[in-house]
Amino acid sequence: MNPTHPNDPSGDWLAYRGRYVNVTFLLKKGEAEYLVTIHEGRVVRVQPGPHVMPRWTFALVAGDDTWQRFWAPTPQPRFHDLMAMVKFKTLKVEGDQAIFMSNLLYFKELVRQLGSQIHAR
Amino acid sequence: MRAKKEAVVGGYVNVEIAGRACRVYYETAGAGQPLLCLHTAGSDSRQYRGLMNDEAITSRFQVICFDMPYHGKSSPPAGWETHEYKLTSDLYVETITAFMDAMEIHRPITLGCSIGGRVVLHLALRCPERFKALIGLQSGAHVNPYYELDWLHRPDVHGGEVCAGIVSGLIGPHADNQDRWETLWHYMQGGPGIFKGDLHFYKGEGDLRGMVQKIDVSKCPLYLLTGEYDYSCTPEDSEDLARLIPGSQLQIMPCIGHFPMSEAPAAFISHLLPVLQRIESPEIQP
Repeated sequence: MNPTHPNDPSGDWLAYRGRYVNVTFLLKKGEAEYLVTIHEGRVVRVQPGPHVMPRWTFALVAGDDTWQRFWAPTPQPRFHDLMAMVKFKTLKVEGDQAIFMSNLLYFKELVRQLGSQIHAR
Repeated sequence: MRAKKEAVVGGYVNVEIAGRACRVYYETAGAGQPLLCLHTAGSDSRQYRGLMNDEAITSRFQVICFDMPYHGKSSPPAGWETHEYKLTSDLYVETITAFMDAMEIHRPITLGCSIGGRVVLHLALRCPERFKALIGLQSGAHVNPYYELDWLHRPDVHGGEVCAGIVSGLIGPHADNQDRWETLWHYMQGGPGIFKGDLHFYKGEGDLRGMVQKIDVSKCPLYLLTGEYDYSCTPEDSEDLARLIPGSQLQIMPCIGHFPMSEAPAAFISHLLPVLQRIESPEIQP
């Protein structure tokens, strides 16, 4: 994991912010699907597809190119933020959005950090 | 370390706005031509802390900011608990002009950001003679909703957390961390439903499409400054606006997002100073 806070290179601050988050969500990158499971704010599993009868609460769906731009070291305008991508319809949030919206700052940072695990695949 | 006191002075003024008594908080700094500054939706006048502490500004201008009723240290009017707060064009324009009357502010240069950038267009249409010049930051004729606004105000979702989450990406990625998180802190402190109520004006009722063409800059000069990372009011939105208003002057601010004065005060001031200089130059005096 990348540092999440200048004073906290361990990433514990992000886990603290998400300490009430227990969820499995789907990250769809073009045709590739990843099931991301979070327990008390920590990612416990990133499971690449194909999946048989996957269960998830919400899904973040975007093309390969969109995620690559989002995970660039200095993203261009419109690809620098999940809600920016929602506005320009390059990202869709599907399913039950309640936990995503209730913990929006947490998920924005978490998904940015997931890039180092998913982008490299 | 020696304590550093700021030369910013705060106070309260009691103003009647739309028939309701309002206790309004304001701050001023500097002396000279009045420069009235309007904060964004769901935030307050602390966004202008950089401007109020900049010698190049305060040596020539009296910076005046106020928190709109329901925002910052301004109280909501009596009876707020029985209404849904919804900002409208009429209420917004009346709030500004009532504050100017109460404070005896004569022909200020008025600068507003986001909803403030929209309302300066309403001011340009309705009462341009009351202003020396208008400056719209992140100014566009309309913004379509791009998320479900109900998320901003419901008891099972923390309003401060979700409002900050919604706007966090509107700050440019190069912003200094302290300024970024101070900007978000203001959003985290907003009252329940207030950001959403302001967006009623910004994303609905305050729509000026088809109207901005009537703005006459010979009655009051209009300047537009827009940050390139803003995806709420995009540079293209401001370019459309500038095309429709002959004589308006637009500049895009690279690396900056939706909150120029708060996310990148120094960079913003470097864009603002030439505009103020232009406004103050004798050849454009009416």
